[in-house]
Amino acid sequence: MHEFSLCESILDSIAEQARRHGFQRVRRVVLDIGELANVELEALRFAFEITRCGTLAATAELTIIEQPGRAECPDCARSGAVHTHFDPCPHCGGHRWRLTGGHELRIRELEVE
Amino acid sequence: MCTSCGCGHPDMLPAVPLRPGGLVHDPGSGLGPVRRIVLEQDILAKNAEFATVNRHRFAAAGVLALNLVSAPGAGKTTLLARTVTALRDECPLAVLSGDPYTAQDAERIAATGVPVLQINTGKGCHLDAQGVGRALDRLPLPEGGILFIENVGNLVCPVDFDLGEDGMVLVLSVTEGEDKPLKYAPIFAAASVLLLNKVDLLAHVDFDLVRCLNDVRRVHADLPVLQLSARSGAGFATWLNWLRQRCAALRR
Repeated sequence: MHEFSLCESILDSIAEQARRHGFQRVRRVVLDIGELANVELEALRFAFEITRCGTLAATAELTIIEQPGRAECPDCARSGAVHTHFDPCPHCGGHRWRLTGGHELRIRELEVE
Repeated sequence: MCTSCGCGHPDMLPAVPLRPGGLVHDPGSGLGPVRRIVLEQDILAKNAEFATVNRHRFAAAGVLALNLVSAPGAGKTTLLARTVTALRDECPLAVLSGDPYTAQDAERIAATGVPVLQINTGKGCHLDAQGVGRALDRLPLPEGGILFIENVGNLVCPVDFDLGEDGMVLVLSVTEGEDKPLKYAPIFAAASVLLLNKVDLLAHVDFDLVRCLNDVRRVHADLPVLQLSARSGAGFATWLNWLRQRCAALRR
């Protein structure tokens, strides 16, 4: 359940942004989460519901934008879509590919007032 | 009337697409205009900052720092105790031991005479870079040697938390079953070496070694796999040589 730690990091970032920009309330938090990121989205939503209590984001809506998995294969020098860590390269069937997208754990933006 | 939401507010702005740090009118809750702040920031950016500090400390002391991860009961502590006993006269060593509540792991390492510090994580399911940094203030780094950081027994949560280490040592024991590489693929993808432990029990458990190794290749094609037994010492020479090579590589 490291999703709680992730939410605490998100709320720390929000507090830092509030100091910098002087807002009083967060209306929406938008996250980019990769398809192959080591996160359970339902657990993340659940953890956010709990950890946001008593913070500037207490009533914030959480929007998660899932980022698709992309890989570059050194064997065939092509790139393509992957959905798990054990998918073969969609072009040559190799397994030595490097993930170029889909590992994101990122705060994209905040909507504040 | 406001062209953005039609509320008639005098403080209106044209209905333009939101832009970084820009303002758009919205009736909101009366707290003021709604703003959009574009961050594009890693959720774990703070952890990454602490990890960078740790990494610099390790580099300055010429220390090889290894993050040991496994499920509970894979034999990490037995493996560590045997490893530090074998290497203690060869190079400086130290151990940071993460354990939810007890000091049992640290006591087993302390019995070998190697400096050890316990990090009690409480309900935490992983170590993080800040916790490791704090512990390093109390445990002198083994200059020119190896620091073993024994993570909390967990195949999921430690993956995302960079501690500033040089490599992640993943321990899987044959009593856990051969299905783990696909079930816990992210940690197999992140590992620098896989130690397949308790191979002395292979004859007694239903563990499909061929399938396990094949699945490891599917997740991480180049991952070195060392088969060993921390109990009997089988395969240990290869593991100790792996450590010596990593230490030597650090000095090149």
